[in-house]
Amino acid sequence: MNKRSLVSALRWSCAGFAVFLGGCNLDVLSPKGDIGIQEKSLILIATGLMLVVVIPVIAMTLIFAWRYRASNTKATYAPKWSHSTGIEVVVWTIPCIIIAILATLTWRTTHSLDPYKPLESQAKPITIQAVSMDWKWVFIYPDYGVASVNELAFPANVPVNFEITSDSVMNAFFIPQLGSQIYAMAGMETKLHLIANEPGNYAGLSSNYSGEGFSDMHFTAIATSEQGFENWINKAKASQLSLDGQTYHALTQPSEKVPVTYYTNVKPGLFNSIIAQYMGDMKMDKIGSEPAQASAIPSHIDQVKAPE
Amino acid sequence: MSSAAITANHGVAAHGADHEHHDDGSKTLLGFWIYLMSDCLIFSGLFATFAVLGHATAGGPSGKELFDLKYVFGETMLLLISSFTFGLAMLNMHAGHRNKVIAWLFVTLLFGAGFVGMEVYEFHHLITVEHAGPDHSAFLSAYFGLVGTHGLHVTCGLIWLVLMMHMVGKFGLNDAVQRRLSCLSLFWHFLDLVWICVFSFVYLMGVL
Amino acid sequence: MFGKLSLSAIPFHEPIIMGTLLMVSLGMAALLGWLTLTRKWGYLWSEWFTSVDHKRIGIMYVILAIVMLIRGFADAIMMRAQQAIASADAAGYLPPHHYDQIFTAHGVIMIFFVAMPFVVGLMNLVVPLQIGARDVAYPFLNSFSFWMTASGVVLVMLSMFVGDFAATGWLAYPPLSELKFSPTVGVDYYIWALQLSGLGTTLSGINFVVTILRMRTPGMKLMQMPVFTWTALVTNILIVAAFPVLTVALALLAADRYLDMHFFTNELGGNAMLYVNLIWIWGHPEVYILILPCFGVFSEVVATFSGKPLFGYKSMVYATMCIGVLSFLVWLHHFFTMGSGADVNAFFGITTMIISVPTGVKLFNWLFTMYRGRIRFTLPMMWTVAFMVTFTIGGMTGVLMAVPGADFVLHNSLFLIAHFHNVIIGGVLFGCFAAINYWFPKAFGFKLEERWGKASFWCWVVGFYMAFMPLYVLGLMGMTRRMNHYANPAWQPYLIVAAAGAGFIALGIGFMLLQFAVSIRNRAANRDLTGDPWGGRTLEWSTSSPAPFYNFAVLPEVEELDQFWADKEHKRAYKQHQRYADIHMPRNTGVGLIMAAFGTVLGFALVWHIWWLAIGGLVGMIGTYISRVYDTDVDYYVPGAEVEKIERARLVPLHKLIENVDPASAGQKVA
Repeated sequence: MNKRSLVSALRWSCAGFAVFLGGCNLDVLSPKGDIGIQEKSLILIATGLMLVVVIPVIAMTLIFAWRYRASNTKATYAPKWSHSTGIEVVVWTIPCIIIAILATLTWRTTHSLDPYKPLESQAKPITIQAVSMDWKWVFIYPDYGVASVNELAFPANVPVNFEITSDSVMNAFFIPQLGSQIYAMAGMETKLHLIANEPGNYAGLSSNYSGEGFSDMHFTAIATSEQGFENWINKAKASQLSLDGQTYHALTQPSEKVPVTYYTNVKPGLFNSIIAQYMGDMKMDKIGSEPAQASAIPSHIDQVKAPE
Repeated sequence: MSSAAITANHGVAAHGADHEHHDDGSKTLLGFWIYLMSDCLIFSGLFATFAVLGHATAGGPSGKELFDLKYVFGETMLLLISSFTFGLAMLNMHAGHRNKVIAWLFVTLLFGAGFVGMEVYEFHHLITVEHAGPDHSAFLSAYFGLVGTHGLHVTCGLIWLVLMMHMVGKFGLNDAVQRRLSCLSLFWHFLDLVWICVFSFVYLMGVL
Repeated sequence: MFGKLSLSAIPFHEPIIMGTLLMVSLGMAALLGWLTLTRKWGYLWSEWFTSVDHKRIGIMYVILAIVMLIRGFADAIMMRAQQAIASADAAGYLPPHHYDQIFTAHGVIMIFFVAMPFVVGLMNLVVPLQIGARDVAYPFLNSFSFWMTASGVVLVMLSMFVGDFAATGWLAYPPLSELKFSPTVGVDYYIWALQLSGLGTTLSGINFVVTILRMRTPGMKLMQMPVFTWTALVTNILIVAAFPVLTVALALLAADRYLDMHFFTNELGGNAMLYVNLIWIWGHPEVYILILPCFGVFSEVVATFSGKPLFGYKSMVYATMCIGVLSFLVWLHHFFTMGSGADVNAFFGITTMIISVPTGVKLFNWLFTMYRGRIRFTLPMMWTVAFMVTFTIGGMTGVLMAVPGADFVLHNSLFLIAHFHNVIIGGVLFGCFAAINYWFPKAFGFKLEERWGKASFWCWVVGFYMAFMPLYVLGLMGMTRRMNHYANPAWQPYLIVAAAGAGFIALGIGFMLLQFAVSIRNRAANRDLTGDPWGGRTLEWSTSSPAPFYNFAVLPEVEELDQFWADKEHKRAYKQHQRYADIHMPRNTGVGLIMAAFGTVLGFALVWHIWWLAIGGLVGMIGTYISRVYDTDVDYYVPGAEVEKIERARLVPLHKLIENVDPASAGQKVA
């Protein structure tokens, strides 16, 4: 039996399991994006592979326990028997084989599902920069000069390159129905590549506890048509608010249940200067705080004033 | 409880009697070795931390600007010599020369105290003169963390040395005292070894 | 004068905490009053608190674990209740700041102050008996270790009423745990409670490694040690190798918070992921530190109650060693989502899966021990079977999460919570419960009665599945851990089922306490006169129940595995000697307790920045130790005549009892 047919057999063997779980709206097992779909099938295949050992072990436990109960005097009793090379070889070999298969699968999928790997697609990818703060998400669209809080939009069937950081403690950026999550950490940039296969509103959240307002750090990820995305960008561009140093500084202050907000006039380089705050000098380079201290920050941030 | 009665009844004192094998020192030494291994892991953790953070100077001074190799070499020599003098104390212990043991322990104490004194001065200099205290960058935190932990160990060793000098004076070189001296000796040489790693890894590689 | 401490540190405005404080104070007052009225203090002090007897220290560890289990479980059921009602962004009854402390405390308490004392307590109670030793290598150190653990407990409990506890999650990841984001004393309580108890644990690890390597009875080779002792050996090696790393991680975090250093801060080059790496280099071996001794328990239990030697003893030993080594090579699987490269992730994913091979072998070995056995379904055996089924499921979900691609969607979700509760409850706790039922007669001289024990068993098992299977589903629904409230109402039904499951577990705990109470009341009926109530195979069953304080009047000679079983078969067991030699024993001492008390003061003072008191605590601790060093009266001899009296009182009636009984099953029939 070649590997492909083995895998497909396993896939079938998990079908029942999947149907059972599919009934209750499981985000992770009803993915709407390529990455998520691959991860779902990986979960099912791995589970199926392990069930090959797990089910017999559980069954044997129960059967042996029942059959060799003390009151069943008909069962064979071998009070001295404690060694069998044959059985030992089998019990070491079977787990080894399963793990070898699983390890191969792991090696392959870990590379193909590497969050840092750009997705292959005809469409030109879009870049979104996600910044976690206490306790909200800020999404910056460097190509459009707009930003939003707790909502992001992107066209379906277009790869999205997420660049992720934090301007506070550690969080994790996660849209369960689209697939992988990745940490957001201050002073560091992590990357994530996702794609939505169909339009829809997907729940997103921080999956790494970050303090008091953590439970409300969820956001909506809108996968939409090209037109819908353009409308969304225009809506953001029409915003009264622009993301200058002061606005940004105000945004970094801890707040909970922040309503969806759009910003226009986001100067290029904001994302990098958020990271740079923690990389650089002896002096603290807080964006938009005391101007005298903000020397190392690209000065444009302070110069852009809201057009109000 | 039956054992209560027994514990109350026992009258026979045990120390000094050469009854059955009890603590034949080797058990203590094995335990102390294992303790040293675990202490070694503490230092490994600190070395690893230094390796990770060693370049995170955050725009502040680096090791190259701060370290004075000659001074540190002096420190190193003090500690190495103290290890040697401790060895002499141990030789005298095996020969049973009680007063010489105390004398050599005292010499060891002087060199050890000299080492700690030099280190304290170095730290003081860094913090007040160079303005490079442990709160200035991750590199300096890691440096002070690692070197300071070693310094604290040596300080503990000095307190132990004083106690041992007193104990040798008071009890002579009995089994318990010999056992404890052997442990301290291991501890002292271990700290020497760690310092050699600190010297080459932190100072030498920091300056080169 | 009092640092950051003032009356405002006591949370008068929190009715839940004040209610608890009232109840705890009343309970404590009642207990203390009762002890005073019945004049038990002297007895407790001289026979227990100052005891250096490994059996008593073991029992105290287990009692501590059970008390803390109740505290930790109270946290659990509060969390379950909160999540069951806080649907559709309802606030529930616990505000985030309180809720966050509760889940942090729950994790910390369950791992450090329930599972660890359980496991260390069992090793204390059993290991010296199994290797035919009279005590551990360093009895005084052992007492000190115990009291240091207790000292950590005191600090954690104190944090509930004076100040607050960490609200950071049980591993206190920075930067959240840094002063900037957690300015209260909560994290400081966390740090010092763990440092104090961690010191105790490390010393205890050293103690047991030496005990097992150096104090085995004449003739016992390493490959003749009972499997529980083997797992204890590997576990203690892991303790010695892993806990120093925890010490370093916490010390550096403390340096950040107290000395304004920058190891893990966001600013000035600190690196929070360094902490995460360090803490998991300790943390992953830690889970094997907990589970390995429980594997040992199951091995003993399954062999005893199947009436057969353990199948594949050597396999079992090698599997244990493999697990011990591999446990240090897998830590990164706790944060695949950090963004390390695919090669690194795949490496750690695969090493993690490899651990499941030796673990699987162990399961098969237990299975084939049962195969062609005569299985008596006593409580320890029931827990073992429940473990084998439950742990297999937990192992499977664990390996699933070891696949980085799968972990990318399961990480930090309730699926993860379900997984580790599945292995820790199904493995560690079930193992400890099996062990308590199994070795109780050896500790106290009478068996635990079965009726309430079985009620407890079923409540625990049913409660466990009800509480945690829904969490697997919730994880797949995208629910993440540590949520105070949530928007998605579809999650609520599952959380209500989980809360009901927690209710069943509450019943399980209640019945277990009832089991203890009833057993103590009816102890005369359940007395174990032989010392061998189950038909045991290993040396601990060859001595009386409870074991005499010197364990063995004459050190047993060992030539094979399951020596005691062979002795019984050849009618060599229970030999009465003509003469008994004097026995060398350590004297009780309160120094360990006093040092730990100073340690507690030191920890408390550090938490509140009361520097003079901290210095006092430290000096007191060291000074007390030095006074011990100068004390030469630390041991004594039990005269042979006394030993003879005790042995005769046991053996003469015993020989009459077993004269005409098949030796191998003597224990069961007599009992």
